[in-house]
Amino acid sequence: MPKDHGIGASSKRREDIRFLTGKGVYTDDMNIAGQAHAVMVRSNVAHGKIVRVDTTAAEAMPGVLAVFTGEDFAAVGGNPAGWLINSRDGTPMREPKRPVLAHGKVRHVGDAYAAVVADTYQQARDAAQVIADASEIEELPAIVNMVDAVANASNRVHDEIPDNLCYDWGWIEDNRAKVDAAIKSAPHVTTLELVNNRLIPNAMEPRASIGEYFPGTQDYKLTTTSQNPHLTRLLVAAFVLGIPENKLQVVAPDVGGGFGSKIYHYGEEALVLAAAKNLHRPVRWTAERSESFLSDAHGRDHVTKIELACDLEGNFIAFRTETLANVGAYLSNFATVTPTFLHGTLMAGPYKVPNVYVNVKTVFTNTAPVDAYRGAGRPEATYSLERVVDKMCRELGLDPFEVRRKNFVTTDMFPYTTPVALVYDTGNYQATLDKVMEMADVGAFEARRAASAAKGKLRGMGLSTWVEACGIAPSHLVGILGARVGLYDAATVRVNATGNLSVMVGAHSHGQGHETVFAQIVADKLGIPESSVEIVHGDTAKIPFGMGSYGSRSLAVCGSAMTKAVDKIIAKGKKIAAHMLEAAEGDITFADGKFSVAGTDKAKTFGEIAFSAYVPHNYPLETLEPGLEETAFYDPANFTYPAGAYLCEVEVDEGTGKVDVVAFHCADDFGNIMNPMIVEGQVHGGVGQGIGQALCEFTTYDENGQLLTGSYMDYAMPRAEDLPFYNVDYSCQTPCTHNPLGVKGCGEAGAIGSPPAVVNAVIDALQRGGHTSVTHIDMPVSPSRVWTAMNA
Amino acid sequence: MTKVSMTVNGRAVSAETEGRTLLSAYLRDGLRLTGTHVGCDTSQCGACVVHVDGQPVKSCTVFAQDVAGADVRTIEGMANADGSLGVIQQAFQDHHGLQCGFCTPGMVMSAAALLAENPRPSEHEVRHYLEGNICRCTGYHNIVKAVMAASGQDVSALAAE
Amino acid sequence: MHNFDFVKPTSIADAVQAMGGDGAQALSGGQTLIPTMKQRLAAPTVLVSLTGISEMQGVCMGEGGLHIGAATPHAVVAREAEAHYPALAALAGGIGDPAVRNKGTIGGSLANNDPAACYPSAVLASGATVVTNTRRIAADDWFQGMFSTALTEGEIITSVIFPVPAKAAYVKFNQPASRFALTAVFVAKYPDGVRVAVTGASAGGVFRWTEAEAALSANFAASAIAGLTADASDMIGDLHGSQAYRANLVKVLTGRAVTAAG
Repeated sequence: MPKDHGIGASSKRREDIRFLTGKGVYTDDMNIAGQAHAVMVRSNVAHGKIVRVDTTAAEAMPGVLAVFTGEDFAAVGGNPAGWLINSRDGTPMREPKRPVLAHGKVRHVGDAYAAVVADTYQQARDAAQVIADASEIEELPAIVNMVDAVANASNRVHDEIPDNLCYDWGWIEDNRAKVDAAIKSAPHVTTLELVNNRLIPNAMEPRASIGEYFPGTQDYKLTTTSQNPHLTRLLVAAFVLGIPENKLQVVAPDVGGGFGSKIYHYGEEALVLAAAKNLHRPVRWTAERSESFLSDAHGRDHVTKIELACDLEGNFIAFRTETLANVGAYLSNFATVTPTFLHGTLMAGPYKVPNVYVNVKTVFTNTAPVDAYRGAGRPEATYSLERVVDKMCRELGLDPFEVRRKNFVTTDMFPYTTPVALVYDTGNYQATLDKVMEMADVGAFEARRAASAAKGKLRGMGLSTWVEACGIAPSHLVGILGARVGLYDAATVRVNATGNLSVMVGAHSHGQGHETVFAQIVADKLGIPESSVEIVHGDTAKIPFGMGSYGSRSLAVCGSAMTKAVDKIIAKGKKIAAHMLEAAEGDITFADGKFSVAGTDKAKTFGEIAFSAYVPHNYPLETLEPGLEETAFYDPANFTYPAGAYLCEVEVDEGTGKVDVVAFHCADDFGNIMNPMIVEGQVHGGVGQGIGQALCEFTTYDENGQLLTGSYMDYAMPRAEDLPFYNVDYSCQTPCTHNPLGVKGCGEAGAIGSPPAVVNAVIDALQRGGHTSVTHIDMPVSPSRVWTAMNA
Repeated sequence: MTKVSMTVNGRAVSAETEGRTLLSAYLRDGLRLTGTHVGCDTSQCGACVVHVDGQPVKSCTVFAQDVAGADVRTIEGMANADGSLGVIQQAFQDHHGLQCGFCTPGMVMSAAALLAENPRPSEHEVRHYLEGNICRCTGYHNIVKAVMAASGQDVSALAAE
Repeated sequence: MHNFDFVKPTSIADAVQAMGGDGAQALSGGQTLIPTMKQRLAAPTVLVSLTGISEMQGVCMGEGGLHIGAATPHAVVAREAEAHYPALAALAGGIGDPAVRNKGTIGGSLANNDPAACYPSAVLASGATVVTNTRRIAADDWFQGMFSTALTEGEIITSVIFPVPAKAAYVKFNQPASRFALTAVFVAKYPDGVRVAVTGASAGGVFRWTEAEAALSANFAASAIAGLTADASDMIGDLHGSQAYRANLVKVLTGRAVTAAG
């Protein structure tokens, strides 16, 4: 029987009630007395010298309260990169200042160089148009293509960076000569050049921020669409505006999806705070979707050459990659780590390959900043690997299932140190492969192919086996690698006098369901009803200093902190019980919500202990403090390593090139499962985004740096009709060995594992259909690209 | 400014408007009914779907003055009289048909319109009808399942093909 | 968007009068116009809503075929034309999405003449007549290139009359983002011949594929166009498909439409 409450139960989500009745409160839903409205003035050229920003006419317009330009923020700090990466030669990365408002130059279409605040949105919008019309920006040649950016030293995104290169990174540099030699002498080398298409995250809620200033106390408040309010507070207060952290409250209320794009601090957050201080009025800003397209951090955008060396039986000898990664015009907060340590360290995959070397050159261009998007580096690594493995199997006539199986790290090899410096703690890659083959009924594929052929469709099957590093991140490790922050998390468990709990967590839920799942865990550990536990998140004035949600970290890191805090509560409860029951502390046991004296029927309920903690009439105060509240910080010992095997089947319409995903099977190993319903939902969503990347999503700038896919009229996201039901299994469980819940994280898996499965299936369909010259199509494998490949 | 009156969720309401005031802004800013969300500016995403005289429309692409006098229903009017979740809302919760919740009001309103005209839709019919509602979180699996369940169908064994 | 005065006349005569003012613009369903105004690419000073005019609403058989009021939403056409002209009803039922179909109208679509809109192909393939407050215009004269029609300033489309063919079908291949036609083909077989109209494919807007019409008039079967090639040189080449790809779609979809028409 499935459990009906606690850990492992598919408890229904409590947050759904407000979302389903229109009572959620997202940032733009707030209406604050006296609020004024900000509108950004954005560059309509990709690269230009700001000759003149003329605000005089705008300032005289009705309702206009203030106008800001880059000059106004020239003296404050820049929005920093969170991770220092060193080049192969040891020199540090190039790190240009990212100002609140562009100053001197604009560097991408959508780069804000002024802002208007007015009584109404429409007044601000009208005035912004007047500023745009009155200002002069001398257009400079745009640097759009990464190859040109590196080759063309005379044209620079940042004047002080001569070759537009942020860094030239090698991982691991000591492997390089050995890998080169292994590839040179290998019996077979498969080479694949591919593009990991640039994506625009497109959380359905556009970004929005409200700044408030309270002159009586000199306190500030920022309400904003953030995945991590404390991180945002640190960035905007300490780095950009120079506000004492303790004078700034950051609230991330209901947030409508993030997928990475709401991790980062953006200039609009600083702008509304500065404007609120200046005007002594609340100032709000909400992005229109077309602004989001131009100004949210984009994702992916790699151009990679990968080589796989092997023997003629398909045993892997070496992987070598060269990648150009686009960071856009400025360094967004995690932009430098995404193509490096979140990518290169995964380039061994689940395989026992002895030699791996990864080179990444990260390039500035006159495009929007590029940063982590669901999966962040790991989808890029997985795609390169799983595509080249498939290509090799085809070249050598080998079975793609068996080749993967024989190269897997086997269960007896854990903990396993890869040639790219990760230590996989546990896993069972054979099990997930077996599972997905069973789920997909691989043996009956031929019959399904024949049925598709009878309908006039080409059918193919594609596999992807993968491992990712989640639970970001062990601070001791990332510190060595250049991180400028710690990546621990924190939780406070406050037991109230009446026995119910408020649990304040550093993780932030913007769709993940923490309010439900975290309560399940606490309730399970304490033997109390889930309804007695309230999860509080998203407000720096209420929660401990945690680092928010991204990198599939909420449960593995913050959940671990919460578990530690619950353990402290139990320990304190035992002290109280010992006092109340007049027993030795060591004789107290805790189970099923009761503190008992071992071997007796003397016991106190959790509720009695809680009440006593706040009514300490006869406490021995030298040895027993009143109250029942504990905080724990947790810093993981290692990453977690979710892994899995995904199998996709597609049908291809030869006449139009249209690809339909007709079956998608996922066998995941997430370790222990807290709420199966939510885990399945996370996989569905990740796979949906991964199929989107594989089939329809792409971002194109023209040669002048104009974004051609700047609205839903041209940026195609999957609709319900474009996607199938998914078949999801998580029964292969190798619990994480180093966190208290044995969990690994499930938020990004779907987006990491699915793109190569889809593309492998398309290539398989075309090959089986006689289009044998088609060995690769870049994503998205859109109808026109598939048709063009078939008819080349 | 022109005062526009209509019936929203069974209640007679009015608010001041300009010509350019969209129905979505009338509801959100004028009436403070912020359950109707605005997720795009090209009439694609469907987060703003409400019913006007029983028919679903994208409230970000309708002027308030054009629907003066209409009978409008929003997500705030979908719960039962006692405040409990309506059948479609309950199915969305039961089947985890929402994550971040932002597209959800539009999804529920579209689903309600579908079931009003087609009480037992097939999977294909549900997917086709929801063409104008974009969800970025769920991959649609559980939304489709929820809508089918709300129509009284057994959804326990749904999978591709 | 810029502000404007909103008027909603209840008769064609009042609408014509309102349209006579400076900066006046007709608003039908608004499903294209309103997004355009949000981008400030259109800035009328008076917006004349045509949706309150009952004489511009409805679907009925009449002289010359099926009459559709210009302000009739797509959803109504999808329902009410089904019994008379199923291919046209199917086209209307596939425009945009259900919410868009409850607002968007045939008159708005024809006045805008988006090169990727659905309705122009049905109008052209049916040899329909566009009726305005002042005149009747044959489909072959109505479409004058991308976003350009025979409509003059202040003139209002009031209805469209479709001769009903013996057989017809519309096959649309979606542009994956906008759900407009990447390419779509309407085939209609009349006693005096077959008409084939293509939308989405040409920079010049909807067009008739006359070679296919000739071949299909002789033999109404998909095989009849096997030897033909649509001329790629006039096609749109963009992010979503090259000229050659669209030329291929023209042929593939024409064949499928013929098969679907039966």
